[in-house]
This record gives sequence, C-alpha cells and structure tokens, in this order.
Amino acid sequence: MKSEKNKIINLPLTKQDVLTLKVGDMVLINGQIVTGRDKLHKYLFNEKPSKKDIPFNLEGAVLYHCGPIIKKTPKGFRVVAGGPTTSMRVEMYEQRIISEYGLIGVMGKGGMGMQTLKALKENGCVYLHTIGGAAAYLAERVKRVAGVWKLEEFGMTEAMWILEVKDFPAIVTMDAHGRSLHEEIEKRSFREFKKLIG
Amino acid sequence: MLVFNMLKLQNAIVELYRKAATSLPEDVETALRLARRKEEKGSNARAALSTILENIEIARAGERPICQDTGAPVFFVKAPVGLSHLKLKDVIIKATRIATREVPLRPNAVDIVTDKNSGDNTGIGFPVIYIEETKYNKLTIDLMLKGSGSENIGQLYKLPIAELKAERDLEGVKKCVIDTIHKAQGKGCPPYIIGIGIGATKDQVTRLAKEQLMRNLNDINKQKVLAQLEKRLLNDINKLGIGPLGFGGKTTAVGVKIGINHRHPASYFVDVSVSCWADRRARLIWEVKSEE
Repeated sequence: MKSEKNKIINLPLTKQDVLTLKVGDMVLINGQIVTGRDKLHKYLFNEKPSKKDIPFNLEGAVLYHCGPIIKKTPKGFRVVAGGPTTSMRVEMYEQRIISEYGLIGVMGKGGMGMQTLKALKENGCVYLHTIGGAAAYLAERVKRVAGVWKLEEFGMTEAMWILEVKDFPAIVTMDAHGRSLHEEIEKRSFREFKKLIG
Repeated sequence: MLVFNMLKLQNAIVELYRKAATSLPEDVETALRLARRKEEKGSNARAALSTILENIEIARAGERPICQDTGAPVFFVKAPVGLSHLKLKDVIIKATRIATREVPLRPNAVDIVTDKNSGDNTGIGFPVIYIEETKYNKLTIDLMLKGSGSENIGQLYKLPIAELKAERDLEGVKKCVIDTIHKAQGKGCPPYIIGIGIGATKDQVTRLAKEQLMRNLNDINKQKVLAQLEKRLLNDINKLGIGPLGFGGKTTAVGVKIGINHRHPASYFVDVSVSCWADRRARLIWEVKSEE
C-alpha cells in the first residue's frame, strides 16, 4: 500500500494533527500502538481503571482492535500474526473509552456506528481501517512487542499488547469532521438493495 | 475391520492444519487477482487487494497464518465403512492440540460458563466434526478454518418474509441472500464467498450452507436452475457496491454456492453462511487398508 499518496503518522499525535486527516486518506503509522478487543473494552467500560493503573499512556494513543497470535521466544514476545478484528462489536463501549482516556485513534476493520462517529467529532479522534485478514503482512510491520497488560487474566488474544510499529498501513474511513465512508457506502448500497428486492 | 496408523494420520492432520492456515486455495487466490484488476487504479479497494495478495504470498512463503483468527476448525469427514468414528475423532482432537502449538494457531475455544479459553482449540463440540460413511475405501478429510468475523454475519431465514417480499420460492431465497450481504456491509472482510443451504430443518440447512463453502469456486452446480441462480446472485451482490473490505468497489463477492435438501410442506428454511476472502480449506485423502 506504499505510494506517494500516503500520509505519515508519527505517534503520539496531537488533536491538531488529527484534524488534518480526512476520509479516504491512506496513512502509514509509526510508533507505539496498543491492542484491545472485547474483554479489554468491557473492562475499561465497567471497571473504569484510573490512568495510572494502565501501564501505557492512552492519551494521544491509537487503540487497535486486534487479538494477535504471539509467540514467546528467548528474546521476548514476537507477533506471528496481527490483523484487525471486527470493530463493531465494541461499539457500545467505544464512545466513553475515547472520551475518558483521550484516544486520538481507533483502528480495526469493518467500521463503527453513529455513537463512535459522534465521539470522534467531539474528541478529535479518527477511525483507521487497516487490512482485514492481512495478518502476516501486518505482523511484519510490528518491530517490537514493548509490553503487555492483563496477559494472565485475559489471555493472549484479549490482553492489551503494546506494539511498536513501522509503516503500518491503514485508511481513514471515519474522521473527526463527522464523515464516515461506511455510512456513505451503506446508503448507496441501500438504494441498490431496494431495487433488487423490488 | 479397517485399520490405520494413528500416528501417521495424526501427523497428516497437523500438516492439513498448517496447509489450511498458511496457504489459500488456488481458485480463491485467482479470483482475488481478477478482482484486483477490475478495481480502479489508485482506489482504496485496489490498494486493499494488493495488500491482501501480498499477505497471501508472505504467509505461504513463511508458513505463517494468513489471518490471526485461525477460526473455528470445521471438519467434514467421509470415512469408509468399518472405520471407527470414535477413533477418528480422537485423532483429530490430538492433532488439533499439536497444530495449535506448532503452526501456531490462535487458541479460540472459550468455555461458556467460566469464559476461560482452553488454550488448545479443543473443548465441548470444538473443533466441529461431521463424519459420514462412504462406500469408497478412501478416507477423505476436508478442513475449513472458519473465521468468526464472517461467521458472525451469517443469517438464518424462515420463508415467507413480508419485509423482504420474499415468498417460498427461489426468488425468495435470492432476496434472503441479498439481505444478508446488505446487512453485513464490510464487517466480514469481503470479497465474500457465500454458501446457501435450503431445506426442511434449521440444523440441516446451516450445515448444508457451510458445506457449500468447501466447493471449489470453479465447481458448477449440477442442477442447471441452481447454477443459473448462483451466477445471477453473484452478479446482483456485486451491484451493492460494498467492495473489498467495504471500501466501495466492484467486487463484494467472488463466489455463491447453493445446496438443497427436500423440505417439509410447512417449512422453507434458508441459511446463508459467509466466508471472508480468506476461505481457508484443505483436503486430505488417506488410503485405508483392510486387516488380513
């Protein structure tokens, strides 16, 4: 996905930087991101751990919806496969997590709903859609596993992994200006759906 | 009484897991290459397909899983008469534990009561194993690693459905499938492969739909009417414009396969099972010898 069209994102980002990102932009991400899926979202939403209890500063961070395959080697953890999971499953939690923890990006696949879109606009945050199923390709762009939280309690898939990435590709599909590519495509496909149903 | 070398078969099933997880069937890859050609240069859809194709190569070359969700393993086994189904299940379960460690696969079996992951992809009804007898003297094991992103978008319908103007006929079936894909949008990693099962009972049609996902994309339905419907459905689904990964584009699906059973006069069930672009399936054929 490398081309001159790509915008480079060096993390952490400021809210100002986020406003320059628009729906359709292809981006390459550099820096540290954190993973979190069903269990982590449920935990952050219900237990509301304070920021100091989390071993990574989520302020200005990108939360990646991903349950990776990780191998433990003598040199530490290594990501074997690390593509995105379906983001819509955490729709009911994401709005509050974005605003309470100050995320500037949420990354996954399949897009999210109206609640999250509203939160993106109110908090200066973007939704990054990476390549579903491209787990080997994306794992090669993880340079190091910098840490992990809740591994014992949640297990490998659901733990929060801190990953250092380089040239990690994604497309902005929901921006901080209230635009959602998913909403637009759904509307267009609904017109065709009506025609086909008759 | 038929015998087989348990250890050799176990090793072969571990390799079957490796093949399914790390290399996509040729027909699917070819379909994705064709899809890429159809998308506009510079579009998000084309970029996504380029990355997908590159990923397939990296995974195959490095024998690494294509997707981190190595799915729910689903086995369709055809066993010769006289071969113990219990022993077969036992070998499959042992091979699953080894493959989870060695390929590696992501442990995906979670206990409903304790919410704990078993850690080795085995548990109650996990992996999913369907065994039936065959009159041939070869053991055939088909394995699908069914990703859950696409499993979650599948739907079961009971015709008729007024909101879809779907009556109890093949035209009604068509509307169900279009509804499933429209509702799914890009959530299950398109381009999709779609399996449809039609028949009398809910359990039967869901299995039948899943079995259709094992068919080669080039396989043409033996029943002409169904072959035409498969073609027409594929064409209609691609009119929805959801496109690769839901970025918009020409290819929302690359295959539609239909399986039928006779139905009860009062029932008309339609199950739509969807696979992501990573339709990971692999086949093992095993010679079985008679005991002297």
